Amino acid sequence: MQSKPLTLTILDVLSIIVLGISTYLALFFAPTERVMGEVQRVFYFHIGTAWTALMGFILAAVFSVAYLVTKNLKWDRYQVAAIEVSLVFFFLTIVLGSIWARPVWNTWWTWDPRLTTAAVTELIYIAYFMLRQGIDDPERRARFGAVYALIGGLSAPITFFAIRLFRTIHPVVIGGANPEAEGGFAMTADMRVAFFFALFAFTVIFVDLYWNRIRLGELQDEVEQLKLKVTM
Amino acid sequence: MNITETRTAAASQPRQGSFIKAVSAVVWKDLQAEFRSRELFSAMLVFSLLIILIFNFALELDVKTRQSVTSGVLWATFAFAGTLGLNRSMAIEKDRGCMDGLLLAPVDRSAIYFGKVISNLMFMLIVEVIVLPVYSVLYSINLFQPGLLLVILLGSIGYAGVGTLLSAMSVQTRTRDILLPILLFPVVIPVILSAVKASGGYLEGLPFEEILSPLSLLIAYDIIFIAVAFMVFDNVVEE
Repeated sequence: MQSKPLTLTILDVLSIIVLGISTYLALFFAPTERVMGEVQRVFYFHIGTAWTALMGFILAAVFSVAYLVTKNLKWDRYQVAAIEVSLVFFFLTIVLGSIWARPVWNTWWTWDPRLTTAAVTELIYIAYFMLRQGIDDPERRARFGAVYALIGGLSAPITFFAIRLFRTIHPVVIGGANPEAEGGFAMTADMRVAFFFALFAFTVIFVDLYWNRIRLGELQDEVEQLKLKVTM
Repeated sequence: MNITETRTAAASQPRQGSFIKAVSAVVWKDLQAEFRSRELFSAMLVFSLLIILIFNFALELDVKTRQSVTSGVLWATFAFAGTLGLNRSMAIEKDRGCMDGLLLAPVDRSAIYFGKVISNLMFMLIVEVIVLPVYSVLYSINLFQPGLLLVILLGSIGYAGVGTLLSAMSVQTRTRDILLPILLFPVVIPVILSAVKASGGYLEGLPFEEILSPLSLLIAYDIIFIAVAFMVFDNVVEE
């Protein structure tokens, strides 16, 4: 069994440190937003988790193609790891968003394009794991997983555009403004520091978890192979 | 020239004619089997009528609500009845070892895919063609409008296109009976959404410009997903 690489251990420690700093910046350093008050501080982690989760889902779709072309099980391990970590991060995004929406939109949930797409995306990737669970043969599991992740990865953005045919109230803080949005605001310099650091921090944390998860997948495969050897 | 090159050269020559022949053979086989047993069709039809019955009580479909929810009720009915048909049509192939026979046939695998899509689509359309007049009579709404029929056709194509691919996967898993709707519904949401919107538009008599965007979305979805399914179908049936 290969031992844990030193870089990964360093990354583990770094993740904890940047999470601490990011929490400090979000909760104490950044100024309180004038209209929304303290609850706006949720925003930093909301975007941090959303950004990394989306990157993970895009990566998963890329790995789908890579697996289907090369049939190398390595890509399958990368894909499972990306989807698993992203699923958790995206769930956090939704929960954090709900906490913010309760006082600002006066509701926990609304059927806005982003929210609906987020919910549908979560369901797609939960279905992905249910599909994998029902298949024993690792090679077939990888093939079906890749096909489904590809279909799901294509469908999620189309769902978003489809719902966009209706109106949205989700604010767009970065790039472009939506006149019908509720709860939008302009960032001050200190807010921007907290914001970009949160993006950085969650990227580091994501990479760390992702790497650990890939390693776990490799170890799982090794155990499975050893088990096969013993029974034979 | 080595063997594989000769083979591909030989296979590519009569391809166009034989491809269509292979597709129609698969469709014909499904239709004939169905014509003899009538299992799938009767189950789908009775199931859809039951769903409409349930909606009738669940939503209290009086004259006022009827106007706004008709398209939603119709598409929910088609979606649920559709999974029933998709599941069954692939399960038959798997159970009696027909799939292995189909795969052994010296035809392009995508011909099998298109054959199954067309036969699944035909079952859906036949059920829809019977459900529509029944619904029209029960709720005195005229559903036979060319625009609405076009939407139903486009929506069913997208649904059957993705559904056939996913049902080919789900029948090969341990949890096959329950897995298909779980896999299919989240990815087919764009179809349901735009189809409901477009049908609602036609029923309310909105101008064509307002129906154009859901309609073009439906067409785009059909093209994208059938193209992708066509490309990856090999991976799903490979043994």
